[in-house]
Amino acid sequence: MVELTLPENSKVGQGRHWAAPAGAVNVREFRVYRWNPDDGKNPRLDTYQVDMESCGPMVLHALIKIKDEIDPTLTFRRSCREGICGSCAMNIGGVNTLACTRGIDEVAASGPINVYPLPHQPVVKDLVPDLTNFFAQHASIKPWLQTATPEPQREWLQSHEDREKLDGLYECILCACCSTSCPSYWWNSDRYLGPAALLQSYRWLVDSRDEATGERLDDLEDPFRLYRCHTIMNCTKACPKSLNPARAIANIKKMMVERSV
Amino acid sequence: MTHSDRGAGRPLSPHLQIYKPTLTMMMSMAHRLTGLALYCGTLLLAWWLLALAGGAESFAAAQAFFSGFFGRLILFGYTWALIHHMLGGLRHLVWDTGHGFGPAQIEWAARATLAGSVVLTLVVWVLGFSLL
Repeated sequence: MVELTLPENSKVGQGRHWAAPAGAVNVREFRVYRWNPDDGKNPRLDTYQVDMESCGPMVLHALIKIKDEIDPTLTFRRSCREGICGSCAMNIGGVNTLACTRGIDEVAASGPINVYPLPHQPVVKDLVPDLTNFFAQHASIKPWLQTATPEPQREWLQSHEDREKLDGLYECILCACCSTSCPSYWWNSDRYLGPAALLQSYRWLVDSRDEATGERLDDLEDPFRLYRCHTIMNCTKACPKSLNPARAIANIKKMMVERSV
Repeated sequence: MTHSDRGAGRPLSPHLQIYKPTLTMMMSMAHRLTGLALYCGTLLLAWWLLALAGGAESFAAAQAFFSGFFGRLILFGYTWALIHHMLGGLRHLVWDTGHGFGPAQIEWAARATLAGSVVLTLVVWVLGFSLL
């Protein structure tokens, strides 16, 4: 349901200010969303002044520096620091992206940098969203090979051309940047599958080895699960792997039409 | 925290308040709003036709409204909404074929729709006045 404003318990207040160390000349300000599940208070925006002379170039570098040297209570997910695990997905400078592959200068040449959790998700703590629903939706599209014919002696074969159809689909790291950038997903995430799950659905629909295409399409034939996509394009713009969920969704809609004519 | 109260009282992370507006997102909203405006415009059209059916007196009243400054302003807005929505519809038609999803193409199409709707609206009105 469309709800333009935040619920009372989610309104963000002014937080603490952590000044730069004395003598720092090259200072950038990071405004970071904080919420502590244990103090019963509303979320707040803490301001950290970071000395860039001793900080790496990426937003994740700054967050790790803040946690190491300024405020150890700051909580965020991170793992691979090279854009393959999808853990550090968050909203940086108003756009969903990975903190590890987004350069600080890329966000803005100067001025403060806002860091929020992925939009319109329940917050576990600080920058950590609860993605239970997101992953349940991914599981619901049955992201595995489904076949009816007896298994071959060796592997399932595929031509080079058919294999190429999976390019731009299999690379998805399930970081949730796309789905949580989508206004349609914000309003209807209980029923609309969202760009990430649909891109994965198409990855199996277009796989020449999969034999459940009809059943997969049947599952998507629903006013909400597939058709809440209104080509707003935030997903495609947000994807840190430069994939194109909007195109994948359009291709599913096309398959729906083609099978009924 | 026990398992049963997990999720209770969790805040919702900010969304519309913090997301940087994108052109394609604004165009999607504009498409909806112009669609809504067309409902109102169709009501005006229905009123005009009913006035015509009602006879010379009622038609003259409707004509007086539509040729006044306020009436013309509404009609100008209606023309723009109609053309903007039509061009937006064409954009969606192309997308429905699976084409036009490149990062540069989506920006180009959005800009073309905006510019095209303004230019075509002006063309319609210039033509309209020159025919009066």
